[in-house]
Amino acid sequence: MNDTATPASVAETGRPAVRTPANYKSATKPIWCPGCGDYSVLSSITKAFSMLALAPEEVVVVSGIGCSSRIPAYTSCYGFHGVHGRALAAGTGVKLARPELTVLVAGGDGDGYSIGGNHFLHACRRNVDLTYVVMDNHVYGMTKGQPSPTTEPDWDSKLAPGGTGVRAFHPLVIALASGANFVARAFSGDPNGTADILAQAIRHPGFSFVEILSPCVTFRPEQRTWKENVHPAPVAETDDPARAARRVMTDDGFNMGVLYAGRRKPYPLGRRADPVGVAELEAEFAA
Amino acid sequence: MSAEREKAQAGAAVAEDRTGAVPQSIPALMAWALWLELDAAERYRELADAMEMHNNREVGALFRKMETIEGKHAESIMHSMEWTSPPPRPRGEAPWPGFEAPENVAHEDVHYLMQPWHALTLALKGEERAVRFFTALANESTVPAVQAAAREMAAEEQEHVDLVRAWLARVPPPDERWRDDPDPPRYLD
Amino acid sequence: MTTGSMDNPAPARAGLSIALAGSGGSGVMTAGTLLLAAAAKAGAYGLMVRTSGPQIRGGEAAALVRLSATPAESLDDGFDVLLALDWQNVQRFADEIPLSAASLIVGEAAEGEVPAAFLATGARHVALPMKATAKGIAGSWTNMVALGVAGALAGLPREALAAALRESWKRDEKSYEANLAAIDAGMAAAGKLGAVPSLPALEPKAGRWLISGNEAAGFGAIRGGVRFVAAYPITPATELLEWMAPALAKVGGTLLQAEDELASINMIVGASYAGVPSLTATAGPGLALMTEGIGLAVSAEVPVVVVDVMRGGPSTGIPAKSEQSDLSFAVSGLHGDAPRVVVAPTSITDCVAATQWSVHLAEALQSPVIVLSDQFMGQSRAIVDRPADSGVVGRRLVAEPNAPDFKRYRDTPSGISPMGIPGVPGTAYTADGLEKNELGTPSSGARDHRVQLDKRARKLAKFDYGAAWADVDGEGELAVIAFGSSVGPLREAIARVRASGVKVKLVAMRLLAPALPEKLDEALEGVRQVLVVEQNHGAQFYRYLRAWFDLPGRPESFHRPGPLPFRPAELAEAIVAAAGRISQPRHEAIAS
Repeated sequence: MNDTATPASVAETGRPAVRTPANYKSATKPIWCPGCGDYSVLSSITKAFSMLALAPEEVVVVSGIGCSSRIPAYTSCYGFHGVHGRALAAGTGVKLARPELTVLVAGGDGDGYSIGGNHFLHACRRNVDLTYVVMDNHVYGMTKGQPSPTTEPDWDSKLAPGGTGVRAFHPLVIALASGANFVARAFSGDPNGTADILAQAIRHPGFSFVEILSPCVTFRPEQRTWKENVHPAPVAETDDPARAARRVMTDDGFNMGVLYAGRRKPYPLGRRADPVGVAELEAEFAA
Repeated sequence: MSAEREKAQAGAAVAEDRTGAVPQSIPALMAWALWLELDAAERYRELADAMEMHNNREVGALFRKMETIEGKHAESIMHSMEWTSPPPRPRGEAPWPGFEAPENVAHEDVHYLMQPWHALTLALKGEERAVRFFTALANESTVPAVQAAAREMAAEEQEHVDLVRAWLARVPPPDERWRDDPDPPRYLD
Repeated sequence: MTTGSMDNPAPARAGLSIALAGSGGSGVMTAGTLLLAAAAKAGAYGLMVRTSGPQIRGGEAAALVRLSATPAESLDDGFDVLLALDWQNVQRFADEIPLSAASLIVGEAAEGEVPAAFLATGARHVALPMKATAKGIAGSWTNMVALGVAGALAGLPREALAAALRESWKRDEKSYEANLAAIDAGMAAAGKLGAVPSLPALEPKAGRWLISGNEAAGFGAIRGGVRFVAAYPITPATELLEWMAPALAKVGGTLLQAEDELASINMIVGASYAGVPSLTATAGPGLALMTEGIGLAVSAEVPVVVVDVMRGGPSTGIPAKSEQSDLSFAVSGLHGDAPRVVVAPTSITDCVAATQWSVHLAEALQSPVIVLSDQFMGQSRAIVDRPADSGVVGRRLVAEPNAPDFKRYRDTPSGISPMGIPGVPGTAYTADGLEKNELGTPSSGARDHRVQLDKRARKLAKFDYGAAWADVDGEGELAVIAFGSSVGPLREAIARVRASGVKVKLVAMRLLAPALPEKLDEALEGVRQVLVVEQNHGAQFYRYLRAWFDLPGRPESFHRPGPLPFRPAELAEAIVAAAGRISQPRHEAIAS
């Protein structure tokens, strides 16, 4: 059970009707390494929920396996920590079964782009109204530092000495090509900016994809310098996926912000308003 | 961080310590000041939790203490403004540079084996950034009331600087092997 | 087939078996379907089994139709009539269409020689110019002439054939008339073929259904309350999904075609976690891919129903043929100690009730339930009495809003603990595949692991499954134990041996897991010998029973792999042999 954390500062002493970010945090404390970017992402997610004034019980946070996938239990929302790579499938099931719930699927680059890569493509093209957050640190943290699909080809590791020699995956281009309806890049070190983007992503109809650069201080300590590399995207978002794809393919990988906000129709979630009784199905079997 | 910044003394504000529009009223200034403190308190809470989870109780306790101090500072701002709850975070660009409020210690700057010396050094830098921020704001503002309030805030932050500096003088600096861990990281899920 | 084998002199039920064979474009499947529909209208029972070559279109195919005055959901020992519209590769079906000297082969006159494999049986052959007949009736099709021949041989009234044609007819009125004329021509031609066994005069009966096992399972699932399905197409489960897609929409549910089976299982776990009873259907290869997700449902205690329409394995195996070889995998194929429920329908009709019951069990036990159907039941279409609605609907134990001291995985005496459902305040928790404490917080503690393992095992072991766990009938020192589509031919074999004086008890097990040894003990009271019948190469059911249950005597196994279905005669022979091996009462002598 995710008990709401006891308010520890004046930020939590507000009117009961107002939900502060702390209302979305549980009493369970993260096991992430001190310094991990995911702490800030958790904070951004709770800020976004607070901005949208969502009732915690009407939000489901779904994940797979990996460091970042531990996130559901750190929220006071309903959580689903499933198996490796299948978070988008589980989240799709939740949303289709209960369209009125807000579904946020979260995880890492290994979970989402490697073992879950196929689901990523199909979630983009299916365009179910949910938000997918990938905390990308270009490495497998929970299994101790193996290359992921977004790892640079020459990154040396025990499992791939001298590097994989394989080019990195470009999640934003893949998302655009596959039909995601909202594509953004954020940086964990900018929790308020990330919260803004997440709130927009949640509000946007259809499948919203937010790639968050979130440094791994344990296996990729050099990512501490990301803070100096990131910058706001120089141009405003577009609703033209081809233009957005061209931009993200040619940028430096550190453009932050909403890069694409599409107008595709989301996957229909409506159920028949006038369902018939089960007995009526029997007619077709009559010999 | 630029060499110029490294050299900058606490209180000797430079252009890099400020960005965006200058708050034009006391409530606008104090709303940002409050959120500066709330952000810092939240960050210290996260860091304290992380340190406690990783069995670094000494630093955890220190961060917890810092959380309390920032929380009290936030309370005193609320009290002085007669606010019963924090006003919503002002919209638009924050008046400070960078992604986070000046007092915030960045997540990526901490380490599970860090010692109180590191924690206090990081805290000191944060307090110094706050002093420079309010000083720069006071220098830029053309509204006398805002100028005065910003200077008052800067003075308060300077008290924190002195406090943290005094603590820092009492803790031993780490030796060069402080981050050595003979064991490799662990496998989890 | 009415003659029976030498060992089984007992007469089979009144009726006949007709195989309609031909290659692509001949329309034998349509003819077979209409023959079955007409028989239903005439008041008969029966079934149609499809068999075909590997081609998607144009390949050889056969509709194996059995018609009977009494309920029949399995094939007889052989066929009374083989009606072939051509002979291209039809010899491939020689094993599936056993003939005898009493059988009649009706071959298309324009299509040359009957394959030697069929003639070697001694069956009588008559050539009929069905193609020429059809050609003489503008707008008519050869398969309708064949339908007329088959209908007349079976003794079906013309009105029944006409009504069946009318109901299925989607083209214009003129061609309907032409094809009715073709049926008439076929019926007339059949008069010259000589007598074959046929149906007795029957009265049309209202309330009968024509249904396949796949449709039945889908319908049972909806009756049980399933309102969400995610699945990936796979032979022979696809028709179940295709039936459910529009049916679910009608009752306010949702079906989604997933990108793969990994997605399917995780989607339904997600949907059920959100509160909606959910199902997927697949076959062996898909079940293999789903195991991790089923394990998640075990650990997180999320109710789901997984229908496995078994086909020949391993690997891709024999996709369109039946085999009961996923049993071991279903009862034990998850990593970790993972109790799960496995239910097997015992007939096409039972696919309704067994699947409905499975939804009930899944929801009540907050557990995955694997339904072991198979290709034979799934893809065969039978005329059956309307399956009564057991009224069993899936209901899960749900926590009240703001339930005090809510613990999702509370260690209750029954092992069942209230679920928190998203949207309900005060019962939020994180469902997890990680081991956990009662609150649901991940834990690797020895005590928590033990408590949760015990809880998950206990809720299945302690549940009251009632009488539905098995169908037990008859008395005798010999008991035959079987599951799934083996039960149909076994029932027929048992009827024959009983008629010749052999006493035998049948235990048709519906609940395969969890193992309930005390239930079987009770059912086997007075039994001294057990024969386990199953359709797979490895005697999986036999080994499973020997591992988990106490079986009297020296248990025997009768097993063989697919793809050929069991014939009543071979099972009757095995039963008679097993009964003969029951020795003199040596143990009783010691006991007294």
